Amino acid sequence: MQTFLEFEKPIAELEGKIEELRHLTNAGDINIADEVAKLQTKVDKLLRQTYAKLTPGQKVQVARHPNRPHCLDYVQGLIEDFTPLAGDRFFAEDRAVIGGLGRFRGRSVVVIGQEKGHDTESRVRHNFGMAKPEGYRKAQRLMDLADRFKLPVLSLVDTAGAFPGVQAEERGQAEAIASSIARCLRLNVPMVASVIGEGGSGGAIAIAAADRVLMLEHAIYSVITPEGCASILWRSPDMAGEAAIALRLISHDLKELGVIDRIIQEPIGGAQRDPAGTVKALGDAIEQSLREMDGLDSATLRAKRREKFLEMGQKGLG
Amino acid sequence: MNWLTNYVRPKIRALYARKEVPDNLWHKCPSCEAMLFHRELEENLHVCQHCGFHMRLDPIKRLQSIFDDGAYDGVELPKSVADPLKFRDQKRYTDRLKEAQVKTGRTDAIVVGNGLIGGLSAVVAVFDFGFMGGSMGIAVGEGLLTAAKLAVAKKAPLIVVPASGGARMQEGILSLMQMPRTTIAVEMVKEAGLPYIVVLTDPTTGGVTASFAMLGDIHIAEKGAQIGFAGARVIEGTIRETLPEGFQRSEYLLEHGMVDMVVHRRDLRDTLVRVIDLLTQPVRSEIEVVDADFEEAPVSNAVVVTTASASQPGAGDD
Repeated sequence: MQTFLEFEKPIAELEGKIEELRHLTNAGDINIADEVAKLQTKVDKLLRQTYAKLTPGQKVQVARHPNRPHCLDYVQGLIEDFTPLAGDRFFAEDRAVIGGLGRFRGRSVVVIGQEKGHDTESRVRHNFGMAKPEGYRKAQRLMDLADRFKLPVLSLVDTAGAFPGVQAEERGQAEAIASSIARCLRLNVPMVASVIGEGGSGGAIAIAAADRVLMLEHAIYSVITPEGCASILWRSPDMAGEAAIALRLISHDLKELGVIDRIIQEPIGGAQRDPAGTVKALGDAIEQSLREMDGLDSATLRAKRREKFLEMGQKGLG
Repeated sequence: MNWLTNYVRPKIRALYARKEVPDNLWHKCPSCEAMLFHRELEENLHVCQHCGFHMRLDPIKRLQSIFDDGAYDGVELPKSVADPLKFRDQKRYTDRLKEAQVKTGRTDAIVVGNGLIGGLSAVVAVFDFGFMGGSMGIAVGEGLLTAAKLAVAKKAPLIVVPASGGARMQEGILSLMQMPRTTIAVEMVKEAGLPYIVVLTDPTTGGVTASFAMLGDIHIAEKGAQIGFAGARVIEGTIRETLPEGFQRSEYLLEHGMVDMVVHRRDLRDTLVRVIDLLTQPVRSEIEVVDADFEEAPVSNAVVVTTASASQPGAGDD
């Protein structure tokens, strides 16, 4: 089932027409095939135009698109012999955080990612991708494992933020995030983080203080959700579109600020229109990032990682 | 561009914002509503003498209350990019900054001092909640990095006293990046074998708690301070959980293992003196240590001696 976003309505209408005509084609009229081709060109053009100038507010919607490939789609498409590992060894298994061992294009790796789920049942199971302290402690445990066996860490970031709840607070949500950031920074192996959908605040940076931070073209990465920002600064969540503009949460701006290292182009019409192609494109970028770090010893890796974060914020947007 | 946009507003604000002289000699305790005479309140470090409620303390007074004889050297902090995103909500961020600067007389929300605590050199960084809610942007991050580097250079412990609502939204993703950056500051101090002590004061929340503030060797919380990750209203609003009694207060965090102790403000300095002494003076100066093998020295002798006068902190290694 294709889900259309509000601003995609004209595209949805055209595609609906094509669908209708296709049914008629079965009746065997040749002119209809021409008509379909014409409409298809129109759709392609419209998609290209729409997606070439998405507003930040629209990007937020695309980043949260339900048909967008999620963490598990990337794991399935990129990781062979994936062996999920569970639990933080302290309290619980947090299914918002997917973790495990696997082989990425020949290399044995540790994967850590946030999974939002794709339908009601899986969304509830994965707590909508909002991790609790046990999720961040599980991430730390997996980073320990990666260090011990000298395996690169690949993280996939897709969360609205860390889970805000009484029990999460009681078990030290803040401490878990802080320690997870510190753990990333102390890693002796290469770490590549990829923002695949929503990079939501502390919940995201907890697994994204990496050597290389990649980001999909229409993904977002922000200190606060635009809705949250709007209700605080504009005192109205309806101003989320304005907040999205002000926050500069789109990949292009983040690249200019030096917060991310590489943007991965999405297919025309967004990742949701070609999940397999998107998964492969991200895989290629991750592979290249890992290659760039081949042969670097652990001290160099740590020093460079530190340097990179220390340099951030030295200059603003032009 | 044209003369209209070049128009400079007359600085009327400066005329009436500069009312420094206290015209009210009495303060009402926000908790028990007792009327408190300002001089007594001052002497009592802004703690209500009737109910013990800890009011917010000005950062300069805080520094004076911690250092020996209230004497310290102010540390100059580097200038940083003021408005990297050219952020504007209903107001321009640059205007909000200017307002806060006029109101507090400070360039940003952090003050760093360097002096003696119990005769031992120490660096203390204090947040100013009065400056945009003590929020953490680039300037605060730089302030903490400066403090950490100074501590390492002086082989002195680093004490940080946060009072902050979290990240500075107006600096967007760059405020989020202060989480790994301040974590690096903490790591520098720890790698140098120096104590890093956090004094959690009211309030410490959001990205500040989820980074440097929860990474201390020792966590000291002031009585009754609000300390947490997610705001109480966010938890109540989005998750619809009722909040338990004393939720996110110091005593609650002690109960849940997130802080080492809850301390009354009047005992804070003595506590710091003792902790720093214990962590950095493994052997009292009165004991003569022959060579390095003091393992065999009679440790019991160390118990009854008076104040140490040696000033050789941070020789240890973690």
